[in-house]
Amino acid sequence: MEAEERFAEDLAPLTSDVPLSRGLGRSYGDSSLPPQSRPVVANTTLADRLLAFDARTGILRAEAGISLLELNRLFLPHKFFVPVTPGTQFVTLGGMVASDVHGKNHHVSGCFGEHVLALRMRVGDGRIVDCSPEENHDLFYATLGGMGLTGHILEVSFRMSPIPSCWIYQESERVPHLDALLDGLSAAARDWPMTMAWIDCLTPGASMGRGILFRGRWAKANEAPSLLARPKLRLRVPFSLPSWIMQPFTVRAFNAVVYHSHIQQERRGLVSPEQFFYPLDAIRDWNRVYGSAGFTQHQSVLPHSAGRGAVRRYMELLTSLRAAGFLCVLKDCGEEGSGLLSFPRPGTSIALDLPLRPETQEHIDRLNEFVIREGGRIYLTKDALSRPEHVRAMEGRLSAFLAVRKAWDPQHRLRSAQSVRLFGDEP
Amino acid sequence: MNIVILGGTKGMGRALARRCVEHGDRVFLLGRSEVDLQRSAVDLDLRAGLGSAPDSTPRSCVARCDLEQPEGFAAALDAAQAHFAGAAIDAIVVTAGVFATQDELESDPARTERLLRVNFTNTVLFCEEARKRLLAQGGGTLCVFSSVAGDRARKPVVLYGASKAGLSAYLDGIDHKFHGQGLRVLCVRPGFVKTGMTAGLKPPPFAGEPTQVARDVRRALCGRDPRTVLYTPWIWQLVMGVIATLPRAVMRRINF
Ligand SMILES: Cc1cc2nc3c(=O)[nH]c(=O)nc-3n(C[C@H](O)[C@H](O)[C@H](O)COP(=O)(O)OP(=O)(O)OC[C@H]3O[C@@H](n4cnc5c(N)ncnc54)[C@H](O)[C@@H]3O)c2cc1C
Ligand SMILES: NC(=O)c1ccc[n+]([C@@H]2O[C@H](COP(=O)([O-])OP(=O)(O)OC[C@H]3O[C@@H](n4cnc5c(N)ncnc54)[C@H](OP(=O)(O)O)[C@@H]3O)[C@@H](O)[C@H]2O)c1
Repeated sequence: MEAEERFAEDLAPLTSDVPLSRGLGRSYGDSSLPPQSRPVVANTTLADRLLAFDARTGILRAEAGISLLELNRLFLPHKFFVPVTPGTQFVTLGGMVASDVHGKNHHVSGCFGEHVLALRMRVGDGRIVDCSPEENHDLFYATLGGMGLTGHILEVSFRMSPIPSCWIYQESERVPHLDALLDGLSAAARDWPMTMAWIDCLTPGASMGRGILFRGRWAKANEAPSLLARPKLRLRVPFSLPSWIMQPFTVRAFNAVVYHSHIQQERRGLVSPEQFFYPLDAIRDWNRVYGSAGFTQHQSVLPHSAGRGAVRRYMELLTSLRAAGFLCVLKDCGEEGSGLLSFPRPGTSIALDLPLRPETQEHIDRLNEFVIREGGRIYLTKDALSRPEHVRAMEGRLSAFLAVRKAWDPQHRLRSAQSVRLFGDEP
Repeated sequence: MNIVILGGTKGMGRALARRCVEHGDRVFLLGRSEVDLQRSAVDLDLRAGLGSAPDSTPRSCVARCDLEQPEGFAAALDAAQAHFAGAAIDAIVVTAGVFATQDELESDPARTERLLRVNFTNTVLFCEEARKRLLAQGGGTLCVFSSVAGDRARKPVVLYGASKAGLSAYLDGIDHKFHGQGLRVLCVRPGFVKTGMTAGLKPPPFAGEPTQVARDVRRALCGRDPRTVLYTPWIWQLVMGVIATLPRAVMRRINF
């Protein structure tokens, strides 16, 4: 689809007449693409000014297009960090709100939206309004995770977290099978603010679900070098992530290599925030390993109520479909966020890459049917192929969201390729 | 350094202003919109002051200055000088300028006249005002953004290129004439840089980022490099070296 992308430093005029905003386009799906009937989108990335910051409270107000890369560059040296970070720095503040992103600390800190204090938005009828838990709260909560459909986010106020140092203390551990991995994740969640696991989703049998479990926390001031962890100054610590990602092996070989390259049972040590939070950012165009057709993602959360058997059944389904790609990431999620469409809920989130092939639609359908059976849901920001009936079946909160959207934008002036596909908007 | 920037609210000017305050320079912004200038000044102050106690760093200040209103140039520069309270201004930078495609301009003489006036006539008038003040204080740098488009006429940028060619010629001239009196002229010739100005255009190979330009320009402002022309990102010096030597017949053939 040919779409026009408009850029300007000033979001107010830029967004006056377009159906959608987009940031750095790091969502995997079609949520940041405009509808075909109105193929124009406001790119927010030139709107990147800081508007207010109070070092005593950590409260920052900034324009929605500022990137996380820039926020980290500015604030890490002064020992502030975003309260929640996704696995890439190439996202905008607006995108973090619109997807209500979660990170390795979800089990303690929730989604990004839990730390947002107020938003300034341009809504569907053209007005510019402020919203917060106190003011226009329906709009506020619908916008957290609302995939850009409730309005253009112009400014965001949120609370940055003070950190004791600019380094992460990380432990990683090779785990032989799924049960051990799930046990490890829940044990780690009790003592560690950041956890996640990489998992091999190809090996069947007794080793199914083997993987590497990561636990981390900010290093205390007396443990860490006073030196700032900057890409150029990056210390060669012996406990960094394995440099496996670039190897162009087949996926199976790749998964085996990753697993076995983690030779010791356990590793521990200091790593930079970049290494810890954004291992993929170090590799430009890493998605090229999928060849020219590219890939999509499927991320779902299987609720605790479905039991840990659900994750095993998911793995069995994957193995039988032979669908899995390059990366599969497991994370145990904490409480559901207050965003009306916020993705995480207590349970296990599984994110996997799927190379785009003719059978990918079929795979997504099968995975979604499974997720519905287990009472879970998918992450809309990663989605390009799900069917509307599947999303409706897994999203009990949808009607509440659509009602707020209708109240603020009765004509659905704001819409995306995704809302056309999933919510029946005018194409 | 004490630096005055006309055009620091957007694009390369914004990136340069940020780079300067992050390295401890004091910046005075000139531009068209008071509201926008104030917002940019706050952004600069926050970036400069992140590590220090509130109110301990000097504030960026602003004054209105519109390249379409030459009668306001003197007052704007007065305000900048007053802000620095007798301290010398190290550099006056002009990044402000406008762009339009050749097609847009050919079909719109009024727009062409405006572009030529803003990019050439009025920028020169502003530089004259700035030059006099720099000379009066005993010297300083006048740093003005021209363009590689002024180096050689190409079909898509004939009129815009002409406005920048004129500007480059003027800058070359005042460097020649006033160098001995302490005026340092820096004619910045960016290649294609990804800003709002070029947003609708397809980026060519070697398209640069405003932050690269900001780094190059600030380095040039600090250094004692005798060059008066700065190509940025640096690769554009090579690119223009090649383009400048292409015979016209070849240019015609490749429709350049
Ligand atoms: C390598 C990688 C790792 C990732 N890891 C994680 C992770 O760990 N956790 C997680 O939660 N996500 C993760 N993501 C997904 C990513 O964080 C989200 O897709 C995020 O929204 C992308 O931000 P963006 O600025 O690129 O937004 P885009 O992709 O441009 O847009 C995403 C959505 O936000 C909307 N939007 C963007 N800006 C605005 C605005 N100003 N106003 C209104 N709507 C707006 C768009 O309309 C669209 O619906 C990852 C993505 C990648 C590529
Ligand atoms: N981008 C490129 O590829 C490129 C290449 C070669 C040369 N250049 C030149 O480099 C300079 C900076 O370009 P850019 O890409 O950074 O442009 P930009 O992002 O469009 O910014 C232009 C700046 O000029 C200001 N301006 C425009 N008209 C003005 C006027 N009448 N009075 C006062 N200020 C005015 C704008 O201020 P407002 O906020 O008031 O609009 C803005 O701050 C320009 O001279 C341009 O011609 C650019």
